[in-house]
Amino acid sequence: MSDLTKLTLSDARAKLMSKEISAVELTQAHVEAVEAAVPLNAYVTPTFEKALDMAKASDERIAKGEAGSLEGLPLGIKDLFCTEGVRTTACSNILDEFTPTYESTVTSNLWRDGAVMLGKLNNDEFAMGSSNETSRFGPCINPWKASGSDADLVPGGSSGGSSTAVAAHLALGATATDTGGSIRQPASFTGTVGLKPTYGRCSRWGITAFASSLDQAGPITRSVRDAAIMLTSMSGHDAKDTTSVDIAVPDFEAALTGDIRGLKVGIPKEYRIEGMSTEIEKLWSDGIDWLKSAGAEIVNVSLPHTKYALPAYYIVAPAEASSNLARYDGVRYGLRVTGDNITEMYEKTRAAGFGDEVRRRILIGTYVLSAGYYDAYYIKAQKVRTLIAQDFAEAYKQVDVLLTPTTPTAAFAIGEKIDDPLSMYLNDVFTVPVNLAGLPGISIPAGLSSEGLPLGLQLIGRTFDEETLLRVAGVLEEAAGFNAEPSTWWRNK
Amino acid sequence: MSENKNLVEGATGSWEIVLGLEIHAQVLSDAKLFSSAPTKFGAEQNTQVSLVDAAMPGMLPVINEECVRKAVRTGLGIKSKINLRSVFDRKNYFYPDLPQGYQISQFKYPIVGEGEIEIDLKGGATKRIGIERLHLEQDAGKSIHDQHPSLSYVDLNRSGVALMEIVSKPDMRSSEEAQAYVKKVRAILRYLGTCDGNMEEGSLRADVNVSVRRPGEPLGTRCEIKNVNSIRFIGQAIEHEARRQIDVLEDGGSVRLETRLFDPKKGVTRAMRSKEEAHDYRYFPDPDLLPLVISQEMVDALAADLPELPDEKKARFVREYGLSPYDAGVLVSEKVSAAFFESVASECDPKLAANWVTGEFFGALRKAGATIETSPVSAKQLGELINLISDDTLSGRIAKDVFEIMFETSDDAAKIVEERGLRQVTDLGAIEKVIDEIIAANPDKVEQVKAKPKLMGWFVGQVMKATGGKANPSSVNGLLSKKLGL
Amino acid sequence: MSVDENTVRGIARLARIAVSEEELAPLAKDMSAILDWVEQLGEVETDNVAPLTSVVEMEMKMREDIVQHENIQREVTQNAAVSEDGFFTVPKVIE
Ligand SMILES: [Mg+2]
Ligand SMILES: [Zn+2]
Repeated sequence: MSDLTKLTLSDARAKLMSKEISAVELTQAHVEAVEAAVPLNAYVTPTFEKALDMAKASDERIAKGEAGSLEGLPLGIKDLFCTEGVRTTACSNILDEFTPTYESTVTSNLWRDGAVMLGKLNNDEFAMGSSNETSRFGPCINPWKASGSDADLVPGGSSGGSSTAVAAHLALGATATDTGGSIRQPASFTGTVGLKPTYGRCSRWGITAFASSLDQAGPITRSVRDAAIMLTSMSGHDAKDTTSVDIAVPDFEAALTGDIRGLKVGIPKEYRIEGMSTEIEKLWSDGIDWLKSAGAEIVNVSLPHTKYALPAYYIVAPAEASSNLARYDGVRYGLRVTGDNITEMYEKTRAAGFGDEVRRRILIGTYVLSAGYYDAYYIKAQKVRTLIAQDFAEAYKQVDVLLTPTTPTAAFAIGEKIDDPLSMYLNDVFTVPVNLAGLPGISIPAGLSSEGLPLGLQLIGRTFDEETLLRVAGVLEEAAGFNAEPSTWWRNK
Repeated sequence: MSENKNLVEGATGSWEIVLGLEIHAQVLSDAKLFSSAPTKFGAEQNTQVSLVDAAMPGMLPVINEECVRKAVRTGLGIKSKINLRSVFDRKNYFYPDLPQGYQISQFKYPIVGEGEIEIDLKGGATKRIGIERLHLEQDAGKSIHDQHPSLSYVDLNRSGVALMEIVSKPDMRSSEEAQAYVKKVRAILRYLGTCDGNMEEGSLRADVNVSVRRPGEPLGTRCEIKNVNSIRFIGQAIEHEARRQIDVLEDGGSVRLETRLFDPKKGVTRAMRSKEEAHDYRYFPDPDLLPLVISQEMVDALAADLPELPDEKKARFVREYGLSPYDAGVLVSEKVSAAFFESVASECDPKLAANWVTGEFFGALRKAGATIETSPVSAKQLGELINLISDDTLSGRIAKDVFEIMFETSDDAAKIVEERGLRQVTDLGAIEKVIDEIIAANPDKVEQVKAKPKLMGWFVGQVMKATGGKANPSSVNGLLSKKLGL
Repeated sequence: MSVDENTVRGIARLARIAVSEEELAPLAKDMSAILDWVEQLGEVETDNVAPLTSVVEMEMKMREDIVQHENIQREVTQNAAVSEDGFFTVPKVIE
């Protein structure tokens, strides 16, 4: 087995440009790795043939000196992104064999820059979940195992396929989406880098919507540099999405100067939640020390409404979802179950098409928007959201970035929380406020738990200041020196 | 309230009908409100549909600025408040021709707020009707229910077309007022060029809210009659529905708040089955769209660009041309008639022009089933004809004959007069000669007329007969009086 | 329990998702647990707070009234489970 899959995206790029390796070789290595990783269930729709065709075309462009910024680099694509001619299901039965005739803006940008698509990645159904267990294709399995245990662990969610593929070297990088933590939490659970950009940085056009005011695409990679490279390609104004911002896309890679001297890093006291494990606390204080040693100034700040972020999120997100998912009605695409009349057809189709968690959220969302409850729930939550955004704005008067843990725990076992929605929701306690305020956030692998599982630290930046965020992330990554790898147990299965 | 002269008699006393209208007017635009698919009418099924209109996964709305401008222009035309900040909401419900599962509309913060319009009633009376709001929203597609025994067919061509919903206050009290209101709104929209007002093609349709009450009492429970698509049907639907409600109430029953359909074949309204279920639309701001913010400068520029509207035009016709308010009202009710009149009046005497346009001309069009656009007689030709009356070339009676020929042949009046020798005889000598002959031939009548001056009419008739109607009537009268010594 | 079985039935009907009688009780329990938990927002004083409308301060761009379109009837209908002659079809709706 070739070791080309061990390369980071940026190293692979260098080797391709120096013609030390070919795109076809690189892609072939990844195809073989994916084929050997069936037990992980990361890819739900592999597109190997397409990948090799794209790689061939990349090699030709490289030969002609016409290489794009991601030329020949094989990536995995979360199944939430619509891909032209390739089945796109959001891992929901309701989409059945839906095959878009169009390509999402974000993936179009990647192909424009020469990237190669290996296939579609597993995720929680419609991105609703924190463990990738709600997928119609079954759970995706974390490549990591706790020391001394063979139990399958969740890779986090909803972008579990993306985090798994990157952690298990089944892609150089992957697209993901983050509505309440769905990029950062799985990155934390798998020892990868997960970057959720500012709301509006990447176009949402062509991405199956979960909660429109929260959804944002971003990359999962094995290094901060790789995340910066992918984000540069994925970002940009799109006239087809009026919530995408019309500002120039910086070269994010250039922001990685390694110099954070004089930058102010805020430590929000409210993130020190009740019952936080000592190992998370230790990780956090390590992070503080690393940044301090690199010349940053540490400032204690307060985000007083943090506690209310999760409940506000579980009103706003289901409300928007209940409406966004109304289009899945069996009429124009996707699953259709016949009924004696139109209402029966709708009800049967949607009952058969949606899984338990999606159904639960649609019902909650429908309830909180319904007559008599709208003000008490939805408006109230949107007001709390204003306060949460104000908390951050206030903090950013004093600091440049915030440092927090990404998740309250390391990866847990498959099945452990699936029947208890509330305990599942608590996974996102540190990530959700960032979405509510539309800010950029990144999770960096920072250490291992006592059980030998990866743990992440989260940095939160100012609106549209991914550059500072990435600069600090780069320093944190360097200081943490995380280089543990999961064993490749899946290859023997 | 007490001045309402439109009370309806029931078996147990009189009732007042209270009417409010929601008019859906399709914005005249090339592309749809949130997609760049065309708005063409009558195209083959599902050929005017974009991925956005079909609500494919991941599709997002992008607003058409022209639709916003036309909504503001309309708001200014109905003298309503323009809201510089408005919000698009989702109205959630399931229906096969509603692909998103919600309609993007404006609920709490519409682009246009309160205003009013003046409607024209019989005998030149007017009444002010309050406007509650105007908002922008998407049209739905079309379901066809009568093509298959067990299926409905869905065509999304109209899905996403921009509509302005104009909501009146419940200020109307009779079907005549409601019809006058729709006519006035339609006229204003056409003047503004913001909607073609074509009710047959569905670009203008009305939901009529009908309730009845005893005079002076609070509002009764209303029924909404959906999508009535002609002015005549609006009248019939209201008459039937009001009568139905009065009957229900007089029988001791109560009116149910419900949505009804008007069946033009039977002339009755009936409850809509698909709307029986209580609706809960779960409005909330569309998170795919930011608030719609427009500038005062844009509003000012649109205001400066407003055309003269029917009411102002009517006042000017009365003032400038000396027309009666009634004639002026008839002429301005359609932009094209007003324009036609003005170009006729630019050629000739305006009052004669008004008489001819509203009389002979409209009559001939109606009879021929023609319109101003297809009229065989142009405004210039009609003006020339009228001038032949004014300069005594033609008598009024002959002019009518000439007009008829013009309408058939499209020939100019002068040509017809020349070719057929219809020129009025104004030569006094020639008329005198005819008169002398008639007096000489009828000595008995000459005797009688001295005692009975009314007999003079007989002499006039004889002169006209002898001249083939071409003698100038006032010359004939003058000469006859002199010769007969009256 | 903030939500009873009857409420779940009504909400499921609004959301057009068939829910069997046996599922009502557990769903009511789950939904109640979540709704009871979000009740804590009541602790937050929000009388003078405006609800958030957009996380990013920007103005909504508008597009020009230009038709950009090809007839994609086939594309639009090709993913439908059933369609006939370019129409989508559904069980007959009685108005
Ligand atoms: Mg209505
Ligand atoms: Zn409407």
